[in-house]
Amino acid sequence: MPELHELTIHDAATLLAKRELTSRELTEAALARIAAVDERVRAFLAVTSDGALAEADAADARLAAGERGGLLGIPVAIKDVLSTQGVATTCGSRMLEQYVPPYAATAVRKLFDAGAVMVGKTNMDEFAMGSSTENSAYGSTRNPWDLTRVPGGSSGGSAAAVAAGEATYAIGSDTGGSIRQPAALCGVVGMKPTYGRVSRFGLVAFASSLDQVGPFTHDVRDTATVLNAICGHDPCDSTSADIATPDFTAELERGVSGMRIGVPKEYMPSTLDAGVRGRIGEALRALEAQGADIDTDVTLPSTEAALAVYYIIAPSEASANLARYDGVKYGYSYQQGAGMWDNMERTRGRGFGAEVKRRIMIGTYALSSGYYDAYYLKAQKVRTVIRREFDAAFAKYDVLVAPVTPAPAFKIGEKSGSPYEMYLNDVFTLPVNIAGLPGISVPAGFVDGLPVGLQVIGKPFDEATVLRAARAYEQSAAWSERRPSL
Amino acid sequence: MKLDRDVVLHIAKLARIDLSEDEIDLYSEQLSEIITHFDALSSVDTEGVEPTAQTLPLRNVFAEDVSRPSMTQDDVLALAPRTEDGYLRVRAVLE
Repeated sequence: MPELHELTIHDAATLLAKRELTSRELTEAALARIAAVDERVRAFLAVTSDGALAEADAADARLAAGERGGLLGIPVAIKDVLSTQGVATTCGSRMLEQYVPPYAATAVRKLFDAGAVMVGKTNMDEFAMGSSTENSAYGSTRNPWDLTRVPGGSSGGSAAAVAAGEATYAIGSDTGGSIRQPAALCGVVGMKPTYGRVSRFGLVAFASSLDQVGPFTHDVRDTATVLNAICGHDPCDSTSADIATPDFTAELERGVSGMRIGVPKEYMPSTLDAGVRGRIGEALRALEAQGADIDTDVTLPSTEAALAVYYIIAPSEASANLARYDGVKYGYSYQQGAGMWDNMERTRGRGFGAEVKRRIMIGTYALSSGYYDAYYLKAQKVRTVIRREFDAAFAKYDVLVAPVTPAPAFKIGEKSGSPYEMYLNDVFTLPVNIAGLPGISVPAGFVDGLPVGLQVIGKPFDEATVLRAARAYEQSAAWSERRPSL
Repeated sequence: MKLDRDVVLHIAKLARIDLSEDEIDLYSEQLSEIITHFDALSSVDTEGVEPTAQTLPLRNVFAEDVSRPSMTQDDVLALAPRTEDGYLRVRAVLE
């Protein structure tokens, strides 16, 4: 019997349903675990103990009245980029250090409606810009498998919180890999749904055409349960797809017999870490042994241009979205300047960290007169080409499978001196955002004691098939049962 | 292409960000390096290809024109650094 803080959502829900466990006990176990390990892991920016215990008591009352639900009474950690009504939402930035949202994100509201218990808000790269959580204004989160290494990012706090047993599951956001990459480096499951599947209302905007909300869990079955709760059309987000949400748990156990799986060559380059290559090879053999039809001769020729497309489109959208931080309406405000413009420039110069300023400037440059056609418009056209290449692949394959990252977790400080080296972490994840596809990272074993992730990518709105493939692999390997010793 | 000091200052002015002397030098170097990698775009033939702004087949999403409750003026102004008589207060735009 695992300890309470190690339970999956489905095991906890079963115990709660049988009244062998209360939400208060489960919540107290999560809070005790946070108290015991978070000084070392630093996954949380805020721990909301009082609110959590009140929510747990409310969940216990609903359970006592006979209500049952997949997430009812279960502790969750929320990335500090999702608006929580009455609870500070900093986005890992000095700019929003004092900001308390007057409304909740739709995804958060849906979780609370389902009876979720929020134990806290998790650390992240400032405004979700980064791949290591080192860009947080409040210090780095550490990888629970090796405290000298990064947890990945930008949702590093959410990934580390689940890996360390500080919450049963967590919510993050993924603009270029910010759920899948930290999930891979922390040895948990992380999923970015199709663009439009989950409402972005109340998700503080980074790059609006790429951002998507998704879960971190211990296994794929839990991922399906969380997706069931957070997906769905929302009139408050005009890019939310008006399409029915299937029961993602329904087809989960159907296996991969006869499934056509493609492995794009561009995702297995000669520069890929040898250990990661070995684990991915083993995963492919495990899928093949279960009856999948694997083709390793797939090509997505424009993959090499995806990094440039991403680092033009995402900063361009960010430069527009982050124009709202002017020191006038809310957030940090410098008041001692020479006038209105001086105050605004000093507010932004002091309120934003180095990477956020860097990206705003890249985006401003790419959109500026004389460069718009060569950079922004060209990137949007290459985006079309990348999307068509995926469409062509999905005419032949049900899912694509690839590594999540080129290597396991790196040391804290190892890449923080070179922005471009850091950007290369996302080379296998950001094409999925460019094309708006669903993608999952599922634990695929270890290299020198560090977790590695297997990425499964699917057709738009076909999360069900992605989950089915990931579930089949997960059951063949049982990596999900391993926990770091802290 | 090298983004020199003047270009960095021009971008910072457009973005309304005050930079220190050290930041001007650092960003001149780092932005120049990042932009060299944008050359990868030219390897893709986009003749006759339409740009993609977002990936969903959506166009002109309209909402019903009906009133519904909104946040109060007090709730919103409570977030602002400076207010006066129910307005946001800023320094004079023209001084």
